[in-house]
Amino acid sequence: MLRLPEFSFVAARDIGEACALLAEAPKSTRLLAGGTDLLPNMKRRHQHAQRLVGLRAVANMRGIHGDSEMRVGAMTTLSTITRDAKLQRHWPGFVRAVQSISSPVLRTTGTIGGNLCLDTRCNYYNQSEEWRQAIGGCMKEAGDICWVAPSSPRCWAISASDSAPLLCAIGARVRLVSVRGERVIPVEQLFVDDGIVWLGKSDDEVLTEVLLPPVENTKATYWKLRRRGSIDFPVLGVGAALRMGAHGEVTHARIFLGAVSSAPLRAPESEAALLGQQLTEATVKAAGEAARGVAHALDNTDFTMLWRRQMTAVWVEGALRELGGLPPRAQMPETPLGAPAMSV
Amino acid sequence: METALKLNVNGEVRQVLAPANHSLLEVLRERCGLTGTKHGCELGECGACTVLLDGEPVLACLVLAVECEDRRVETVEGLSNGAALHPLQQAFADLGAAQCGYCTPGMLMTAKALLDSNPLASEMEVREALAGNLCRCTGYWKIVEAVQWAGRMSTGDMVPPQCLRERNAAGGCSHG
Repeated sequence: MLRLPEFSFVAARDIGEACALLAEAPKSTRLLAGGTDLLPNMKRRHQHAQRLVGLRAVANMRGIHGDSEMRVGAMTTLSTITRDAKLQRHWPGFVRAVQSISSPVLRTTGTIGGNLCLDTRCNYYNQSEEWRQAIGGCMKEAGDICWVAPSSPRCWAISASDSAPLLCAIGARVRLVSVRGERVIPVEQLFVDDGIVWLGKSDDEVLTEVLLPPVENTKATYWKLRRRGSIDFPVLGVGAALRMGAHGEVTHARIFLGAVSSAPLRAPESEAALLGQQLTEATVKAAGEAARGVAHALDNTDFTMLWRRQMTAVWVEGALRELGGLPPRAQMPETPLGAPAMSV
Repeated sequence: METALKLNVNGEVRQVLAPANHSLLEVLRERCGLTGTKHGCELGECGACTVLLDGEPVLACLVLAVECEDRRVETVEGLSNGAALHPLQQAFADLGAAQCGYCTPGMLMTAKALLDSNPLASEMEVREALAGNLCRCTGYWKIVEAVQWAGRMSTGDMVPPQCLRERNAAGGCSHG
């Protein structure tokens, strides 16, 4: 039996109590949301804590509120989000991104706050303790070399959140609360492009809710690439949000790539290729190609890095085709296994 | 340090002692003696340990037992009514939906949650609901058919399994 290390557990009753408990020892305390990332990581001795503060009983961190500007409590489960009729109507792209996370049975427990704070992942890190000891650890944990790029001064573990690229693209914000006060920041500022210190929030801050912007006439979608149709983390994610003018010209474009760096990565060249243009075969192709150079796909997850770089262009183009109502590409590149790649 | 936990398992209140770092899976198997729930990957990837918590399927390896107090836990041991098998168990047996059987308790519990809310689930709905439960023997076809068959039997739709297969393929058959 793969057992958890010893720790003490306290169930917080409200946000104030969670903040106070965290502030007592922010380095050795961890918040327990759904536990679907933290507990496997603790079982494999990746992440450590002397005390877990459970957030399950904090009622005002759950639920979906508001009409034009919706708020999603950080402890709202992923399956609650996928079932919510208002979210399905206003932000179907967000629901699609959440629906692509892991598997249905995991989404009943996993939370949106937990998915945003997901630990970064890497082939050399997400292994058993014995496996990691055999290579002397890696820079992210108990070692000093990044085995993905051994001469690199930084860790290249990837951001594997499916909700993050989409929430960055639509301009969502998160509320962070601590005993020192609270602040609201754009989701993209929640992340740091570093595999070891991947969150831009302080250790004593609690992510309490996600604030979605008014929909206005924004169209957004998320395309996920993975080996199987379920369970797997993304090897590439594309979150895209567009607004069009009266003549179908793009007036606003935000495109973020997931799983190709330690943080969701903005693709400004792709956005620039669209602004002022109508979505045509030529413009979506150009925007896709522009994203290829942005992605830092390395040998740190499933599939080869060259294929993932190639697929970055294809996936951005595919997401834009969907938003522009263009037919899907006639031919999808084959996966290294021979089957055509599918967005799931 | 062990703490006293009061769990509601299959309708029975059980008082157990367990440390804070014990998962629901460990407590069910080692403290309650309910070994029907299997331990597979123990990392949330295989679905073998699926149980129902307040009616929803969860992975018992990723839930702390201390967070399950005052919640309804249902395991495979609670499915049958005495000697009478649950329709899902009967369908799995009749249609050969289990081979080695290791994934079966998790499959049954996930399927129960689906059929409780949607007894006439389509093939795609069954496949989507079971997408987190891995089976390395059956190839899934017989499992999907057994879940659909059990759901239809429980609503009085006595469709023969062969006809169900034809219905899935063609969207209808002579038996309805």
